[in-house]
Amino acid sequence: MQVHRPYTLHDALALMAATPTPTPIAGGTDLLVSWHHKPKEKLALLDLSQLGGELAAMRLTADTLELGALTTYWDVIASPEVSRAFPLLAEAARQVGAMQIQTRGTWAGNIGNGSPAADGVPVLMAYDATVVLQSTRGRREVQLDGYYTGYKKTVRLPDELIVAIQIPRRTRKAEWFEKVGARAAQTITKVGVAVVNDEKGWRVVANSVAPYVCRCRNLESALQKGQKFKSPEEIRDILKNDIAPINDMRSTAAYRETVLSRVLFYRLADKA
Amino acid sequence: MDKFDLSLTLNGKSETRRVALDARLLDVLRYDFGSPGTKEGCGEGECGACCVLLDGVLVNSCLVPAFQAAGRRIETVESTPPDLLQTLNATGTSQCGACTPGVVMSIRWLLQHPEIAESVGLRAFMSGNLCRCTGYDGIIAGLEQALQSNAKKAET
Repeated sequence: MQVHRPYTLHDALALMAATPTPTPIAGGTDLLVSWHHKPKEKLALLDLSQLGGELAAMRLTADTLELGALTTYWDVIASPEVSRAFPLLAEAARQVGAMQIQTRGTWAGNIGNGSPAADGVPVLMAYDATVVLQSTRGRREVQLDGYYTGYKKTVRLPDELIVAIQIPRRTRKAEWFEKVGARAAQTITKVGVAVVNDEKGWRVVANSVAPYVCRCRNLESALQKGQKFKSPEEIRDILKNDIAPINDMRSTAAYRETVLSRVLFYRLADKA
Repeated sequence: MDKFDLSLTLNGKSETRRVALDARLLDVLRYDFGSPGTKEGCGEGECGACCVLLDGVLVNSCLVPAFQAAGRRIETVESTPPDLLQTLNATGTSQCGACTPGVVMSIRWLLQHPEIAESVGLRAFMSGNLCRCTGYDGIIAGLEQALQSNAKKAET
């Protein structure tokens, strides 16, 4: 195993351009799970934990929240200003593992790991977040909605590093997040959904119901047209073209479809 | 096996050991720094038996690569103040003991940051430490007692 521990972003990006491409590590809460069972001989890690500076900063301005790539869930929970400006971030952060995970896990890592069950991604996508990627070749911004192209597949090129996440501050008419798991605390999501209605319209983002965290565009356009739903089944029919749930160790496709449509039906009836 | 010299401050003492590059903080604490109080439970960041304070923050040491602990302060169950242990003994916080090192470290973190309890219930706070014997009643009793004596100490 190889470990690089750069002190500057400049050095980190140079290392990302090397072959073989190293795997970036920040909080390690995904990478180190069952660590002793993993083959490590060929592994090269790029430790981001010493970069600090811009990558560790969280900046809230009048029109944007920028989360440096090293921002943890706990950083958001512990910031009253950020929690107030983006309540769903704090709400979702509190449901990622336990506090011992929240103090280490990063939002950027949650995006980068690309799990369909990622709990940080639905709220970020519902808030219309942008991912800032950087390499020795330059810097570019990619909409988080559009970042995933398949199961654990993303538009990030091998030498690019996620350096920040940007979220626009908008007036919101509705925002909520619901996570369903086997128990109340410390659970991996069977089905989850974040909903935001702001000046740009409705965004409905679900996790654990497709190969990657995805927007439910058919449902969004129905909401956009002002459609009211008479039953969960009506929502379920619309969602059929938005999601592709599977049976796995955590749940079944039927459960996921049913619960997602019921959660949406009852919450929309409340808040829409 | 690749190794490196790891220097850190363990329970207030600066120490250096030559450790495996791919070791976890949990491994080096137990097998290199001679501090076996921290226990491995699941090794997956679920059970919390391996909790330590890393620069004053509660973490699962099974998910921290040892190299990230270089130059940092680690507190483990071994440095628990005797009066806190006494309180936790008296309230039945420990039963079989498997989860206890982690439970104690979570309690110590909350005592250092009692403001966390204002937004999270004590049972929710303890959800990162899986205990299969006490039913959590003894743990919560210990936590409440410890918070009370802490508050009293702060007053005097």
